[in-house]
Amino acid sequence: MLAAEVSHIVKSFADKVAVDNLSFSVAQGEMFGLIGPNGAGKTTTIRMMMDILKPDSGDVTILGEKLNEATKNRLGYLPEERGLYKKLKVLDSIVYLASLKGMDRRSATDKANELLNQTGMSASNNKKIEELSRGMGQIIQFIVTIIHDPQLLVLDEPFAGLDPVNTELLKGMLAELRNQGKAVILSTHQMNQVEELCDRILMINNGQDVLYGDLNEIKARYRGNSVLLDFVGELGEVPGVTGKRTHKGYTELILDGKTTPQQVLAHLMGRGIVINRFEVATPSLNEIFLKEVGKKS
Amino acid sequence: MNKMLLIFRHEFRHTIRRKAFIILTLIVPALALIGIGIFQLVSPGEPPLVETVTIGYVDEVGGFDQSTTQGYIELVRFDTSGDATAALINGDVSEYFVIPSDYLSTGVINRYTLKRQLETPPAISTAIKNFLTSNMLADKVPPETVYRIEAPLSLVTTRLTETGEVATEQGGYGNVIIPAIFGLLLALSLQASSMYLIEGLGDEKESRLIEVLLSSVSPRQLLTGKVLGLGAAGLVQVVVWLASLPLLLNLASSTIGGFFGTIQLPANFLVLGIVYFILGYLLFAALSAGVGAISPSAREGQPLAMIYAMLVFVPLWFASLLFIFPDSPIWVVLTIFPLTAPVAVMLRLGVTGIAAWELATSLAVMVLSIVGALLLSVKAFRIYLLMYGKRPSWGEIIRSLRTG
Repeated sequence: MLAAEVSHIVKSFADKVAVDNLSFSVAQGEMFGLIGPNGAGKTTTIRMMMDILKPDSGDVTILGEKLNEATKNRLGYLPEERGLYKKLKVLDSIVYLASLKGMDRRSATDKANELLNQTGMSASNNKKIEELSRGMGQIIQFIVTIIHDPQLLVLDEPFAGLDPVNTELLKGMLAELRNQGKAVILSTHQMNQVEELCDRILMINNGQDVLYGDLNEIKARYRGNSVLLDFVGELGEVPGVTGKRTHKGYTELILDGKTTPQQVLAHLMGRGIVINRFEVATPSLNEIFLKEVGKKS
Repeated sequence: MNKMLLIFRHEFRHTIRRKAFIILTLIVPALALIGIGIFQLVSPGEPPLVETVTIGYVDEVGGFDQSTTQGYIELVRFDTSGDATAALINGDVSEYFVIPSDYLSTGVINRYTLKRQLETPPAISTAIKNFLTSNMLADKVPPETVYRIEAPLSLVTTRLTETGEVATEQGGYGNVIIPAIFGLLLALSLQASSMYLIEGLGDEKESRLIEVLLSSVSPRQLLTGKVLGLGAAGLVQVVVWLASLPLLLNLASSTIGGFFGTIQLPANFLVLGIVYFILGYLLFAALSAGVGAISPSAREGQPLAMIYAMLVFVPLWFASLLFIFPDSPIWVVLTIFPLTAPVAVMLRLGVTGIAAWELATSLAVMVLSIVGALLLSVKAFRIYLLMYGKRPSWGEIIRSLRTG
């Protein structure tokens, strides 16, 4: 059973098509990246998945069924712009929102205390939300998102505004959730986070699918015909290399269309050149993003 | 537990813990108790002793020498104006008057005093009038007749029912006071409840918490839970006021007496008070949900809500006209118009009562208005719930409500 399946959804606002015939699926135990520039339609897509907005056409299936009260209880959602009841105490806020996910008061309180402890926030459980810093508020909201042990987590820009320590804390918790078999949809602009965490991605622009699939496969598709080399000694002529670009700490060798990186490596080793680094040049997701978004716009 | 009930419980608890709510709920009985307490503190146990006032008179007609004690006013005769003036200056009398020789033909009495006054104090003029009447009628009519001439009328009105029996409600100001106060409180409570609803929705929209809530519950559950939770809190407030009224009234009439002893609660007042609060609240809640939905924040929603929230006070603005023109058709209009009905009904209950057909029409119109407002608001709620930033224009709202 797929954690989420979106097929051919369309959503228009007034005269603007926000999401245009978008389809994708997310498997259980998968970390899925939803990326795209501002206004691409990421949040609208997420809101349709959460049943906050109704699609004009198309279908959304969550955990094998149309979203209903029972499936909502197995879903955790962290919206991009976050907020909680300012006047309510931390523990009361968590317990109330957990109860709306079907948890009883006692188990919600126990689990809230456990998570507050895990995130180092147990001293704040009696504070009012308005007394917390922005980062602390975000951690509380993350706790609200995961407290009911959801099967599918949808996180919109979860690392925005977090300091490095809390970012690492969150990443660790997400990795743990994935290891437990939960599906995580990560919508973010931070490509390095997607590269680090996600198995598959969907890149959208102007509401349409731009790139979709396994992250490594996509990167391989965009792999250029060059290798990165850090060496000691004299390089001289290398067969099959048509050009060299010197960067700080390494040299990029541009290969002709026929020569493979393995052949170049074998040649260099045969000449006894000391190699500190040899890497097939692969563009970063950020470069792919800029290239694709630039091309479409 | 049902999610709607969870929201209901949360909103109810959250509202009854608000300082503004607690103050508004308790201030009415508290102020009444303080008033009764202050009255008991400042009022002596026995009626105060009134000091006798001595005033002089000069009788140039002759024969005005009887009934020289008029209540606490003692009248002392002087032979001449000079003697009387000397006594006034010495402080033997507080003032004096002269009955001139041509009094019987002119009716003029000259009064002399050291005090600067806007007009003659009523007690003094009554005493002088009764003194003159008593002396002129002495020996001509029996003393009882003299008293009756001095106080000819003590009007006692009894209201009968259509079957000729004495009605339980006898009307008068005593019948008006409680419904009028309750009408004002009802208006305040309806206004406060509407504002709480707009504030709550506005805050949830502004903090984007609404998205988290809607990923857990449906818009219908959210709206119903909120409306009922806030309504239940408002009802608690109204019930506290209604329950405290008879108790406070008993306390006031037993300690203060007088006017408070004449205060009555009109028939059906308690029942209609609760019915009109519930219907009024539902109508205002439906309108407020719509306003909350189309407004990006509570700050922008509240001025919009003030437009209809002010209408609830309209019957109170014209309350004094109700006493002068109780049968004016404008009162029928205010009773049937749903936004003014709750307060208009409360006011009219105390003054003239309301015809059964008017009450039935008023209730029917309110129920229909609630249904209509609810349908439109739920539609607006669905369309504009996630709208942040600028409020849509009225044209856009009407267009989107039409197209759905």
